Amino acid sequence: MTATEWRDLGLALVVLVVAAGLPFFGTPYYLTLGVTIAMYAVLATSWALFSGPTHYISLATAAFFGLGTYVTAVGIDHLPYWLLLPIAGVIGAVVAGLVGLATLRLSGVYFVIFTLGLAEFIRQVITWAQNLMGTRGLYVLTDLGEREIYWQLLGLAALVFLGGWLIGRSRLGFALRIIGDDEEVARHSGIDTARAKVMLFMVPGAVASITGAIIAPRYVYIEPALAFAPILSFTVVIMALLGGTGRLWGPLVGVIPFTFLTEWVARWFPNQSTLVMGLAFLVIVFLLPKGFVGLIDGARARARGAFA
Amino acid sequence: MDIVITGLVLGGTYALIAMGLNLQYGVARIMNLANGEILVAGAFAAFWFWTAAQLSPLLTIFLVAPVAYVVNWLIYVIILRPLVRRAKSRGQLEVDAILTTFGLGFVAVGLMLAVMGGDYFSYSYLSVPVMLFGEPYGLNRIVAFLAAVVICGALYLWLNRSRAGLAIRAIATAPASARLVGIDVPRLSARAFALGGAVTAVGGALISTFLTLDASTGVIFTLKALVIVIMGGVGDVRGTIVAALLLGLLETFVAVLIDPGLTLAAAYLLFVLILLFRPQGLFGRRTT
Repeated sequence: MTATEWRDLGLALVVLVVAAGLPFFGTPYYLTLGVTIAMYAVLATSWALFSGPTHYISLATAAFFGLGTYVTAVGIDHLPYWLLLPIAGVIGAVVAGLVGLATLRLSGVYFVIFTLGLAEFIRQVITWAQNLMGTRGLYVLTDLGEREIYWQLLGLAALVFLGGWLIGRSRLGFALRIIGDDEEVARHSGIDTARAKVMLFMVPGAVASITGAIIAPRYVYIEPALAFAPILSFTVVIMALLGGTGRLWGPLVGVIPFTFLTEWVARWFPNQSTLVMGLAFLVIVFLLPKGFVGLIDGARARARGAFA
Repeated sequence: MDIVITGLVLGGTYALIAMGLNLQYGVARIMNLANGEILVAGAFAAFWFWTAAQLSPLLTIFLVAPVAYVVNWLIYVIILRPLVRRAKSRGQLEVDAILTTFGLGFVAVGLMLAVMGGDYFSYSYLSVPVMLFGEPYGLNRIVAFLAAVVICGALYLWLNRSRAGLAIRAIATAPASARLVGIDVPRLSARAFALGGAVTAVGGALISTFLTLDASTGVIFTLKALVIVIMGGVGDVRGTIVAALLLGLLETFVAVLIDPGLTLAAAYLLFVLILLFRPQGLFGRRTT
C-alpha cells in the first residue's frame, strides 16, 4: 500500500468513528436523518460500484430492498435476527445474478426497463400471494431501535467501501474499467464481459437486500406498496449520479446534500417532491454530467495549473 | 369469447400508444420514458373538456393531437437534440436519453399533480352497453377501439405508401445511409418524435373514456408500451399491432381468470420470455 492509501484509510476510519458517535451527541432528529443518510450512502455507493464502470442504469434497488424487508418480516418469528441478514444478502445476490444473466448481454435500454419492472413484478406477486393468505402485510416487532439500525447501516457502509476498494484493485475491477471504456476492446482482449458484469451486479443486489432487512424493524408494519416503492430506486440513481460515479466516495457527496434537499422540500413544499426529482435528473444530464466529483476534480486541476 | 373480444379491444388501444413510442424510438432513437406522462396529459385534456364543456373526447383528439405535436417537437428540438449532438456513441445517447426523459416524466407528473391534485379522474362517456355475439360490452371501449383502428390504419398506410413515410422508414432502418440519399435526418427525426407524441396523447384521450387514471399512472403505460415495442420489434408497425393485441388478450385473461392485480406482472413475464427467446422481436430477423 502506498502512503496516500494509508492516509485515505486513516481518514475513512476517523470519519467512521465520528459518524458512529452521532447517537451520543445528536438529537433524535439528527439520528433519524443519520439513518436516512447512512441507508442512502450504502445503496448509492453499491449502486455506483456496478453502474459507474458499466454505464448500465439499474432501477432494481427497490426490488432488492423490498425482498430484504420481506426476509426479515417473514423470518423474524422463526430464525434469530443475525441469521436473517446473510440470508437476505444471498437471496439478493441470487436474484441479481438471474436478472443479470437474462439482460446484461442486451442493450442498456432493455436493462433499465427490466429492472424498473422487476420491483413492480415482485410487488404484484407478493400482494397476490398475501391476498390468497388473507393478509395485507406483516408485523415486524423487535427491540431494535433507531440507534442499533444506524450502527448496523454504518457497519454495512464500511463493508461496502472496503469491498469497493478491493474490487477496484482486483482483476475484476480492472476488467470492468476496460469494459466501461470500450466493451469491444474488452471482449477482444479476452475478458468474459457478460460474466464480469453479472458478478458485479450481484454486489448491489446483495447490499440493497441486506439494507432492506436492516431497515425492516423501523417500519414495524410491512406491506408491498411500502417495501417496493419505486421512488427509492430513482432517489438512489439521482444521488449516485449527482455525486459522481468516477470515485468510490463520489456517491456520498451526492447523498448528503440531496437528503437535506428532500427533507427541506418535504417540509415546505410537500406536493412538489416529484417535480424536484425530475429537475434533479435534468440538472445531472445538462449541468453535472460527471457529478460533484467532476466539479471538484476540475477545480483541483485548475488550481494545480494556476500554481504550476 | 367475451374475454377474447375484451382483450382485442384493449389491445387495439394499446397498439396506438405503442405506435407512438415506436415512432419515437425507432426513428428519433430516443427511448422516451416520459411516454406514459404524455398519455396521461392527453387523458387529462379529454377529461377536462368533457367536464367543463361536455365536449366529446372524439372531438377533443383533434385539439389534443396538434398541441401534443407542437409540445413534443419543442421538447425534441430544445432538450433532446443537444444530447444527440453531444453524444459520442449510441450508448452515451442512450444513457442521457433515459435520464432526461425520466426527468421530464417526473417534471410532468409534478406539474400535473400541482394542477389537478392526486385524485383519480374519470368521467362517464358513452358508458352504455352494446350487444356483440350475445354479450354486453361498454360502447366507450368499442368506440375507442374503432378510433384506434382508424388511426393505426392511417399511420400504416402513410408509412408504407407515402414519400414521407418511406423516408421515415429509411431512417429507422439505416440512419447513416438515409443521409446519403438526401433525407434530412435531423428534421424528420424531430417530426417523427413529435408525431409519436401526438399519437400517444390521442391514445390517452381515447383510453380515458373507459379507464380511471391519476397523475402518476403514466409509468405503468410506459412499461406496457415498451413491452409491446420490444415484442413487436423496433420500427415494425405490423409487429407492434400484433404484440399489442397479444398483450391485451394476455392481460384480460389474467385479470378474469387469476387476479386483476397481476396484469402488469403478466406483461412483465411476457417481456422476460421475449428477451430470453426472441430479443429481436416477433417478426424481427437476427442482425449480426
